[in-house]
Amino acid sequence: MKPRTRRFVWIGAGLVAVAAAATLILSAFRSNLVFFFTPSQVYAHEAPQSRPFRIGGLVLGGSLERVPGTLTVRFKVTDTAATVPVTYTGLLPDLFKEGKGVVAQGAMGADGTFHATQVLAKHDENYMPPEAKAAIDAAHAHSGAMSMPSLHEARAQ
Amino acid sequence: MIPELGHFALIVALLVAIIQSVLPMIGAARRDRALMGVAVTAARAQFGLVALAFGCLAWSFATSDFSVANVAANSNTHLPLHFRLAATWGSHEGSLLLWSTMLAGWGFAVTVFSRNLPQVLRARVLAVLGMIAIGFLLFLLTTSDPFTRLFPAPPEGRDLNSLLQDPGMVAHPPMLYMGYVGFSVAFAFAIAALIGGRLDAAWARWSRPWTTVAWSFLTVGIALGSVWAYYTLGWGGWWFWDPVENASFMPWLAGTALIHSLAVTEKRGAFRSWTVLLAIVAFSLSLIGTFLVRSGVLTSVHAFAIDPARGLYILAFLAIVIGGSLALYAVRAGAVGAGGDFAPVSRESLLLGNNVLLVVALVSVLLGTLYPLFVDALAAGKISVGPPYFNTVFYPLMAPLLFLVGVGPVAAWRRAPIPELWTRLRWAAGIAVVTAALVPVAMGRWKPLVALGMLLSAWIAAATLSSLVHRLRHAPQRGLTAKLRANAPAWYGMLLAHLGVAVFVAGVTLVKGYEVERDVRLDVGQSVVVAGDTYTFRGVAAVPGPNYDAIVATIDMTRADRHVTTLHPQKRTFRSSGQVITEASIERGIGGDHYVSLGEPITGSGASGAWAVRIYVKPFVDWIWGGCLLMALGGFAAVADRRYRLARARHSEPAAALVAPT
Repeated sequence: MKPRTRRFVWIGAGLVAVAAAATLILSAFRSNLVFFFTPSQVYAHEAPQSRPFRIGGLVLGGSLERVPGTLTVRFKVTDTAATVPVTYTGLLPDLFKEGKGVVAQGAMGADGTFHATQVLAKHDENYMPPEAKAAIDAAHAHSGAMSMPSLHEARAQ
Repeated sequence: MIPELGHFALIVALLVAIIQSVLPMIGAARRDRALMGVAVTAARAQFGLVALAFGCLAWSFATSDFSVANVAANSNTHLPLHFRLAATWGSHEGSLLLWSTMLAGWGFAVTVFSRNLPQVLRARVLAVLGMIAIGFLLFLLTTSDPFTRLFPAPPEGRDLNSLLQDPGMVAHPPMLYMGYVGFSVAFAFAIAALIGGRLDAAWARWSRPWTTVAWSFLTVGIALGSVWAYYTLGWGGWWFWDPVENASFMPWLAGTALIHSLAVTEKRGAFRSWTVLLAIVAFSLSLIGTFLVRSGVLTSVHAFAIDPARGLYILAFLAIVIGGSLALYAVRAGAVGAGGDFAPVSRESLLLGNNVLLVVALVSVLLGTLYPLFVDALAAGKISVGPPYFNTVFYPLMAPLLFLVGVGPVAAWRRAPIPELWTRLRWAAGIAVVTAALVPVAMGRWKPLVALGMLLSAWIAAATLSSLVHRLRHAPQRGLTAKLRANAPAWYGMLLAHLGVAVFVAGVTLVKGYEVERDVRLDVGQSVVVAGDTYTFRGVAAVPGPNYDAIVATIDMTRADRHVTTLHPQKRTFRSSGQVITEASIERGIGGDHYVSLGEPITGSGASGAWAVRIYVKPFVDWIWGGCLLMALGGFAAVADRRYRLARARHSEPAAALVAPT
């Protein structure tokens, strides 16, 4: 092969490799993106029915209950405007508490309950998961009337 | 007084850094020996000053001087001394000071170990390091002063985040930063080469040890972080594809590519401009990694809005460093030259394949880490990219890369005929196939992915060992010691690092393939059988710790009615913050770990109630970190090579004349 031809072969092979890699990455990316929805959006049926997604907000005070004899828990997630019932089977993270922020990943069941496969509440206790905070802020912006004292009441219930 | 001394030292260090970056640069351009000589003095003075500042902050932490805002916010008199010292780098300000101290330390090391360097190159390298130092010191002094006083001083500090009160906090950040910052030397060499327009085999030989050492530290740092995540939190995972982890993994991928590309540049004079580009990329990613984690942008992109001064400074600094060096690269890369020619199958082409795969992997991690931030910053909704994405992308990219690890070291430079490669590697191929067939059977369940993983692991191990045997057999010396001594430490380092890859792959494969994870509810006296072992819950007891109160469970583990061990997982409630931390209890073994962690009380909270308990069996999980350790040891061993110290005598030889048999 002449050096010129060889260079073209190299460049061609490189382009094919890059195209293959891009296809792989982008298809994996598209099928594994997890979108986030607030309880208000779930309430308004904006969340997908078939695909997993994330939901975030505060764990409603007094809503945590255990199914006797199992590791299944039920609780409600609220953004102070709407609440969504959630079930989860397994160990809850250390920072999971009523009235604190939480993010759960899972899918909506036919019963209108969010079936969580993963419950995230991480790092320090002052830290609010960004999604949970965004959900509450969005709800506030919508109603415009929700003041901090009423948020405290929502926590204390 | 001590904090003011530290603050003053930082100001002087900034002035020295300005001198360090300006005068030697002018000197190098004018070939003025006196001006270039300033570089060494300034770099050493800078190290002394920044180390003094760091010592002052550490002193304030050690003596619990709560009149310093940073100490008051991150420490507490109830903290043991080693955690008070570790708290020095527990905050944004402190970790940036640690970064600057290490930067100055690397600069000092350059002045000590690079006496053989041509003066022009050394002056430029130190000047570039000085410029980076200016950026960091200015950032510290203007937006993140660690010595700010608090008046009136509180009687007691808040606390170090309970999660950080762990031996991991003492070792992990310094190791990680040694790696991040170490790439600044490779970067400085690259920039110096671009400015000088000269990049030859000697240049590559000088940059190699620095890059390798930095990479080894980074490897250790990442592995320590992984171990830490494994035993705290009670999740039992060793890698989560969390953005914080990805931030350290991206420079590692770039650094790994750089090490291999530098090998080609040194031995064959090829890949020159590519090597320079990789050096720039590796350091840029280190900077991005530091700032991603430290700026709080991962927690929320709006962290920038809360503290716009810091955010703007960071963006401007990144733009100047990355944009500036890439612009310089665009203008000067032509002067550096491309390098020699090689056949489609040769060690060069195999290493090219290595680089392409590593860079594609790097891009995929970058995309998965930054894309959610961009979407969030554009207020286009919130998304997350989880482990499934990274796993889908990584397996197909890593499989061919691991195959290349076996072939590369055996292939000859320039041209490696395939029949010859086959003759050298057929034994390794045979061993790999047999291992792939037997291991899944021995583990009790056939799984195609496990077979593939073991195939690649055994392939690397067998190919590496066979090249050792080949070398020793064909060495002209008599006697094993003489034969062993005939090879360079760099070559042994490479073998060791590649064996580390094999061990790592075996660990990952077996954990992924055969781990058992069970969440169970246990009453006192109740037993559960997991993977053939019986775990009996004996109840919990309250045990006070130094600055926390722990609930300690007792769980007996028996196998075939014989007592194996007693495990004591804990729940710690920290007194100052009220935060609860899970401490897993792990029975470690070379064949795998038995991992028990405590969930929450289910019925009642007294000694008689039932608890949620998590029981994991993790076969060969320690091989993951053992493999990383071998990789890092290989890196450190490679640096011991004599040829890195004999650089000067031969530096003017052309690249082609340096084709050593290594």
